[in-house]
Amino acid sequence: MDIAPAIRLRDLKKTYVVSERESGLRAALASLIHRRKTEVRAVDGITFDLAPGEIVGFLGPNGAGKTTTLKMLSGLLHPTSGEVSVLSYVPWKRDRAFLRQITLVMGQRNQLVWDIPAADSFELNRAIYRIPPADYRSTLDELIALLELEPLLAKPVRNLSLGERMKCEIAAALLHRPGVVFLDEPTIGLDVTMQRRIRTFIAEYNRRTGATVLLTSHYMADVEALCKRVIVIHHGKLLFDGELADLVQRFTAHKTIVVQLKDCAADLRAYGEVVSCEDGRLTLRVPKAETARVTEQILAELPVIDLTVEDPPIEEVIEHVFARGAA
Amino acid sequence: MRGLADLYLQQLKTGVASMLQYRATLLIWLIGNILEPLIYLVVWSTVSRSIGGSVGGYGARDFAAYYIVLMLVNQVSFTWVMYEFDYRIREGAFSAVLLHPVHPIHADIAENLSSKVVSLPFIVAAAAGLTAVFHPAFKLTLGMVAAFVPALALAFLVRFLVDWTVALAAFWTTRVTAINQIHFMAVLFFSGQIAPLTVLPRPLQVVATVLPFRWTVGFPVELVLGRLTRAQVLTGFAAQGAWLLAAALLLKFAWRVSVKKYSAVGA
Repeated sequence: MDIAPAIRLRDLKKTYVVSERESGLRAALASLIHRRKTEVRAVDGITFDLAPGEIVGFLGPNGAGKTTTLKMLSGLLHPTSGEVSVLSYVPWKRDRAFLRQITLVMGQRNQLVWDIPAADSFELNRAIYRIPPADYRSTLDELIALLELEPLLAKPVRNLSLGERMKCEIAAALLHRPGVVFLDEPTIGLDVTMQRRIRTFIAEYNRRTGATVLLTSHYMADVEALCKRVIVIHHGKLLFDGELADLVQRFTAHKTIVVQLKDCAADLRAYGEVVSCEDGRLTLRVPKAETARVTEQILAELPVIDLTVEDPPIEEVIEHVFARGAA
Repeated sequence: MRGLADLYLQQLKTGVASMLQYRATLLIWLIGNILEPLIYLVVWSTVSRSIGGSVGGYGARDFAAYYIVLMLVNQVSFTWVMYEFDYRIREGAFSAVLLHPVHPIHADIAENLSSKVVSLPFIVAAAAGLTAVFHPAFKLTLGMVAAFVPALALAFLVRFLVDWTVALAAFWTTRVTAINQIHFMAVLFFSGQIAPLTVLPRPLQVVATVLPFRWTVGFPVELVLGRLTRAQVLTGFAAQGAWLLAAALLLKFAWRVSVKKYSAVGA
């Protein structure tokens, strides 16, 4: 039996009309009379489904249309054309029952009241979302434990560090236990430890509540840790939708061969592109199709102590995908 | 209904807590709210004395009474939502508000009320001080005070809804400050702040009767000072009721259109 998707997009498009003018006083005066308008296609025909409970990484370079898509999914933006449904609601109608079941966390925006302790903002959200007191208490206790919020609760939000504030933002956004969670760069600007803590938390929240999560991030570690499936967009168009492992397979033209030799004396340039060599540990980049042949050759011709074949780091793959999309 | 009452209570608590964080700002703001009517009071008292005792039916002590009550009424009905909207739209802070499953006007009303809870004791103290200095001619009757309470509540509601609707202009233009300026000038003139309306030329009085502003400031003041006939009091309440209805309908419509516009052009 097919389960209805939690999120469904069909040929979704969003076109902005922006006025533009050249620099300088003359252009400024001219723009008083006549404004030149151009259309910007922020999202240009995107189609995908998310099954209930999935965590999906939504990737693309800056300006690819990720945030615009998330805003259409959360009901902040009205699409130019196409269909969207989230939990069977049409987001832009902003039905209250719909708004009670979703959340959008934007790493660079804050929703907490700046001058008062986070605990007071939580209490305010309880009233806004009309969370029954018993549910509120248990969810809050759970969030406090998972995100280690106890020491932060009584401090005014403006006195918290960026990471501490982000943890409180996430807690505030999840108090009503949304079934669909949109996370726009939730770990931006945070240190590695805090990034890891937030990642672990997202995975745990998904496991406990079965929430559907769509996540954008520029940190590939986030994506690798959380998402089996990724959707890549560029210039508003879908470039890839599938498993992260397939993305690597499909878009990597090269593999990395790491060879451990006695020292760096041997010249391996004939086998492929030498990336580095340190204490006899030599990293070679070879075209994917050549990997088997080159490996065999190296093993036969050189005194190899150890040899491994690796996929390039995910950052490199993504960079490659973006570069292809831009071409 | 209980959910809404809970929301108001939480917003009030949050609002008061935020206000108390900025004591210096609160003080400066209070001084402004006291100084403005005080200046008009002094000017008009001086004018009336210099021309032999009365302007438009107001003597020096009548002006004192008028402006002391006006200070209190204006304190109750005053809003600053325009500045809030301007900021929200410019900074994209409106998105967070739109994600909430409740109409944003509730949060704004509650926040406005919370600032008044904090500042009202100071304004009442200032009114007592000015009464001691200027010996105003108060002729308060119990009936007038009883009628004053609903008039004041309606004044607050009408002004809030009108200001909130005008503030929606921020959705349409990024330079909403100019619109705010015009609005404030209109309020200053036609609400009875710059002068009691009976002092103004007749045509301006007629305009003031048609516009909402008089009913949000001048009317409750004149009412409690016993300057209105029974018929004028009833007309005033009718005007407040009509404006409340009109503003609520206008707001509902303007809000819907504005959100549509916001969601079309992006945050």
